[in-house]
Amino acid sequence: MKPSAVGLATTVVAGAVLALLPFALSSYHQGLAAQVGVYFIAILGLNILTGYSGQISIGHGAFMAIGGYTTAIMSRDHRTNLILTMLMALAICFVLGLVVGLPALRLSGVYLALATFALAVSVPQLPLKFSTFLGGSNGVQSAETVTHRWLYGASWTAAAILFVLAWLLLRGRTGRAFRAIRDSEIAATSSGVRLPIYKTLAFGVSAAYAGVAGSLYVLGTNGFAQPNEFGVLLSLQILVGAAVAGLGSLWGVLAGAAFVGLLPTISKDVPLVGSAHGQDVVFGLIVVLVMLLLPQGFAGFLARLARLRAARPASDRP
Amino acid sequence: MGLLSIENARLRFGGIVALDDVSLDVAEGTIAGLIGPNGAGKTTAFNVITRLYRLESGDVVFDGRSLRRTPPSRVVQLGIARTFQNVELFPTMTVLENVLVGAHAHARFRRESDLRRSALETLEYVGIERYAHRPATGLPFGTLKRVELARALAASPRLLLLDEPAGGLNHEEVQELGAFIRRLRDELRLTVLLVEHHMNLVMQVSDHVHVLNFGRVIASGPPAEVQRNPKVIEAYLGGDLSSAESAHPVSSAGETA
Repeated sequence: MKPSAVGLATTVVAGAVLALLPFALSSYHQGLAAQVGVYFIAILGLNILTGYSGQISIGHGAFMAIGGYTTAIMSRDHRTNLILTMLMALAICFVLGLVVGLPALRLSGVYLALATFALAVSVPQLPLKFSTFLGGSNGVQSAETVTHRWLYGASWTAAAILFVLAWLLLRGRTGRAFRAIRDSEIAATSSGVRLPIYKTLAFGVSAAYAGVAGSLYVLGTNGFAQPNEFGVLLSLQILVGAAVAGLGSLWGVLAGAAFVGLLPTISKDVPLVGSAHGQDVVFGLIVVLVMLLLPQGFAGFLARLARLRAARPASDRP
Repeated sequence: MGLLSIENARLRFGGIVALDDVSLDVAEGTIAGLIGPNGAGKTTAFNVITRLYRLESGDVVFDGRSLRRTPPSRVVQLGIARTFQNVELFPTMTVLENVLVGAHAHARFRRESDLRRSALETLEYVGIERYAHRPATGLPFGTLKRVELARALAASPRLLLLDEPAGGLNHEEVQELGAFIRRLRDELRLTVLLVEHHMNLVMQVSDHVHVLNFGRVIASGPPAEVQRNPKVIEAYLGGDLSSAESAHPVSSAGETA
């Protein structure tokens, strides 16, 4: 990713639109836009892991659950400031991500996918096992709830900060090391890239992002952390979002987040097939279509546009 | 003792002996050729030096220090960089980015712009600066080999391991390559260990040649002497090459790994 004038302009425009948007939206739509912000953060995190370092995860819903429960429990038991609970979710999930990243060093491809999938299946079951502390199937209710506008501001501010942090992390030596590992582990090692360090780091950072997303996700459901909310489907949605975004690019993330954040709502209103159960069918069909038409995701689409534009003046050159 | 010594190295893959009590020495500031029929253990020797393979017994000593406990990612920091027989580049990254990864080990406290400038200089030195912003894929094989060379040089090594650098080059380019390898020794004060099938090139540039066959060192000495060695002539001409290859399936699989 090159820091270009186009990129800067896009950032400024996107920032301005996001800042002014709440004044134009109803409370309901503010909530929806906040939800897109939450997906943005989670997909951004998964993109660092899967897109950059090449390690797949179908278990990021588990880290979101941990982040969400952190917020709900800290608020319930200690009335901790909600922003502070997000930072705690970030820290806890970073450490847990490192811990998960260690055994993941021995796995790759389908095996890593399955191992992380197991995480997505098992972590939401923990509240049922430890029901006194984690509230069982009833969930945990935070002491405070927030308005849609607050949530919108918090999620997009967090998204912006985390986006900049991701950019700083990925633009230089570390980002190159991640991508080198994805492309060729042998060549990366021989170039002095320490695989265990970078692979676990990618897991930690990625999980930390999911933790913050989970924290905001719970605030978006009226501060109610429930096992059902963090099922396998959530993990899959984030993976779908990352695929739509296009792996290994930060810019496509916005498209991926809008896709998984808004499409279920939009597809509900599709005539004939819409309604309660039809929406999943519509969602699935559109996912298949997008994958067929944009196999490289939205990022690949942008890259193709850039190439087309670059090709025109190049043909004039001798 | 030289800059690099392999001492009584032994390594088996299953029942096949890939390296059988191999000892060789590379003196600082020289170009050493490592030759032998297919499957003789040349690339295996490289993988042993760079710690991708672990020796069963014996040792690799670089600059007076044993590499037995060195993790593979530390090898380049100690001053050993390599290229690969079948090219191991980072295909989704640009040529320049590939070279920047080569500088990874000593890039921690340097400015990005600084790193880019020296990476471009390295590309220029190797003669492929015009490809800097092209993806490191889809270029001619000889160019990709040079990208690898640039990446290895970006690590500022003391010892450079070149695995068949002449692969995919025509006669003229091989001549240029020979001159270039000598420049590496004379200008950059590099020590070079060269695995190559192109016999003319090896004999022209090497100060010293080691010959491997079936995992054993069968000859070692100046090029002219090695060329006259009956055992070497036997290994190359007398032996049935195709059976020599099939006798070492694992080690030749290792060569592409």
